Order: sequence, then C-alpha cells, then structure tokens
Amino acid sequence: MNAVEIKNLSKSYKDVKAVDNLSLEIKKGELYSLLGVNGAGKTTTIKVLSLLTDKDEGEVKVLGFNTEKDTEEIKKLISLSPQETAVAPMLTVKENLEFISGICGFSKIETEKKVTELINLLSLQNVKSRRAGKLSGGYQRRLSIAMALISEPQLLFLDEPTLGLDVIARSELWDIIKALKGKITIILTTHYMEEAEELSDRIGIMKEGKLLISATPDEIKAKTDEATIEKAFIKIIKGEVK
Amino acid sequence: MKSLILAKRSLLEFIREPINLIFSLGFPLVLILLLSAIQANIPVSLFEISNLTPGITVFGLSFISLFSATIISKDRSTSFLTRLYTTPIKPYEFIFGYTLPFIPVAVMQAIITYLVAFVLGLCFNINVFYAILFIIPVSLLFISIGLLCGSLLSDKAVGGICGALLTNLTAWLSGVWFDLELVGGAFLTISKALPFYHAVELERLVLKGSFENILTHLIIVLAYTIVIFIAATLVFIRQMKKQ
Repeated sequence: MNAVEIKNLSKSYKDVKAVDNLSLEIKKGELYSLLGVNGAGKTTTIKVLSLLTDKDEGEVKVLGFNTEKDTEEIKKLISLSPQETAVAPMLTVKENLEFISGICGFSKIETEKKVTELINLLSLQNVKSRRAGKLSGGYQRRLSIAMALISEPQLLFLDEPTLGLDVIARSELWDIIKALKGKITIILTTHYMEEAEELSDRIGIMKEGKLLISATPDEIKAKTDEATIEKAFIKIIKGEVK
Repeated sequence: MKSLILAKRSLLEFIREPINLIFSLGFPLVLILLLSAIQANIPVSLFEISNLTPGITVFGLSFISLFSATIISKDRSTSFLTRLYTTPIKPYEFIFGYTLPFIPVAVMQAIITYLVAFVLGLCFNINVFYAILFIIPVSLLFISIGLLCGSLLSDKAVGGICGALLTNLTAWLSGVWFDLELVGGAFLTISKALPFYHAVELERLVLKGSFENILTHLIIVLAYTIVIFIAATLVFIRQMKKQ
C-alpha cells in the first residue's frame, strides 16, 4: 500500500509555479528523500502533504485519506520536524515532550511511558532536565525529532534534519533515522547528497517544481553513470542526462 | 483541554524569563513609587494615589500586550507554530492557549500595585477587590492587541509596535498621568475614540465606587476587545493557511 499518492499536483505563489504537475507515489515504510536546489519545490510539496498549505490543482492522498476532505484523520497520522528546531526554549526536554504528547491527546500515564521511551531512543537521558534553549544544535535536533515521534506517526516529515550539525552529531542522527526505517514512512528533504545516499530507499530530484527523476540511489547512479549521488544530482540538474 | 496545555506552556515560557517578571511586575511598582515621591514634593495635586493607582494598573497591561505578541511572533519565527499546525489543535484552542496565561499575570500585576499603593497611603475598601476584578476585561483588551500584533508582525517589529508605540499610546492617550480635559481639542477627541482612556476611567470609577457611571466605559472597552479578538483570530487563521 502507498503512504502517499500524488497525481498532477500544482501549486503557485503569485506568478511563481512552486510545484508543477507533480505525480509521485511513496510506499508505506519507505524512506524517500526529496532533493533539489533552493526553490525546487521540495518544501512546498511537503507543506501540501502535511496540510500546511492548500494545493491549486491535482489529487493528493496521504495514508489513504484525501488532503482536502480528511484533514482531521490525516493530522492524527502525520508529524513534522521542521527545518528550524521548533522547540519551546524555556521548557526542559522532558516538558517539551510532555507538552506535545498532551496536545496530541494522550493521557498522563501514556505520556509518561512515551516520554521515557523517546528519551531513551533518542539518547536524551543526560539532558532531559535541561532547558531546550540551552542545548547544543545536535541535541535540539534530536529533541525536535523526538517531539515529532511522540504522536506515533505513520508518516514523518523530516525537513533538513541535520542542517548545521557537526560530523559526529550528523552521524548520530543518521543512526537514529536508520533505526526508524521500515517502521514508519519517512519523507526527508536535505541538501546533503551523502545523507540522501546513506539513508534513502528512493530519491526524488526536483527542479523548478518538476520531478526530474524518482528512483533508488543505485538506479540514479547507474542512469547517470556516476559513482556518487552528488555527481549524479549535478548531472541531472544541469540536464546532462537524457 | 488543549488550550490549557498550550496555556501552561505559554505561562512557563513567560515566567521563566526574568526580564518578563521585572517588566510586568516591577515596572508598575517603580512608576507608582516614583510618581508618589514627586507628588510628595509638589504643592499641587497631580499624582493622587487614589487616581494614580488604577491608572497604573491599566498602563502596566501594555507590557502584557508586548509579552503576548512576543510569544506568538517568536513561535511563528522559530517554526514552533508550524509544528503545532500539523497537530489536531484548532484555531480557537490556539487563541485561548495564548490568552489564558496572561489573565493571572494581569491580576497579579494589579494586586501587587495595590499592595504598594496601600503602603503609600491608599485607603483599603471593598472597591479595591472590584477594581482588581474589572482588570480582567481590561486585560483582555490588551491581550487581544498582543494576539493581533503577534499574528501580524515579526518578533522585531513587535518590539517596536507593542513595546514603543502601544506603551506610548497608553501613556499619553489614557489620562494616566494628566487630565485629558485640560488638553482638550483633537487630543481629547482622539483619546475618547480609543479604548485606553475608557479603561482608565472604568478602573478609577470602580475604585471610587461610582458603579452607576461605568457602563459607557465598560461597553467601549468590551466592544474594542471583541473586535480586536475577532481580527486577531482571523489574522491567525490566515497565517495558518499562508504557510
């Protein structure tokens, strides 16, 4: 079954066509990365899928539900970790998690269980009583993902999850994302090509609102006759692939 | 229920920032002490404590606008609201969640101001309780202004509009510091067209026990509050959809 089904999606902002006739299917349990230069339409696509913006044209189904009619059902099943860390800075790590759990409607007992599980899963034990605003970038990203996971989403959007992190923090976050693979569907946007190559089951490359290719990392490399996704990406974006 | 969860979070964000407490609870105290000291050293009756105290409780609320606007605009700029928009929380729950925490702050601000006023010579009577009670609808006016500014403006612009413009409007056009009738003309007309003058008059009349004269002022304050709340809600929903 597909987690996401997009048919002929278009979305414009004034005169700019952010997404242009996009069609895409993402399978349940898949980790799908959307790549593209700035303004390619990745973020707009995620915003349509996560109900943050309305589409102009096309048909979009998320986990079998229509994004126009079934917004309440979809909101219960999805979660977003935005590009900015999006944490409450004066609340502790534990309080941030308890807050989101409460917003998602979980009871006190459920919240306590979930918070403990996520603190362990994301290795936040040492900082659980520290205020989020005082954490390092790496820990803030982990907290952001933990906050996105607390609702037990079936579909998780990770928008530039490792932006601005050092090599070690990025590697640690990759391990966490890998541990989630297969359990839930993940749609990831990133500018780091090695990240997409390392983590993704499939990659979609967008340019000027259009999806140029959607395939596995190996298929993309084979098609472009390149050894890395970064080189393949450049070739595709420059239009050097037929 | 979700409103209460959001309200608890907003309150914690507010009270854990020391500068917020200093401004919201400390600044009105500094003003009342300073102006009472001036009154003690001048021959005319300019800052009578019974007239000054209700005015300062209203003026102090302009800081509440600043704080409520700041918390929303920061939540917008840090994508914290974007995260919440994807959860099953409704627009009205957001509005309540950002409104509720500032009501107890406003009441606490008024209580502290009155406690200091007692020390400075204000006579205690039952009307003080009513004045504190009536600070709740007045505080809703200032909170709604904060909600509107926070939904419309960036966190930097909020500092200018709510921090500078609103505090000045409240200071000059409310009659807290001087009798607006003495200025008269267009200044008085503009002051009476805005809600700040009526908020101060309402509080002064309640403290005096002149309840028969409060209705017009109360209606004007409530009318402004309702209109601004509706505007804030519409702008907030528009921002949600504009993501």
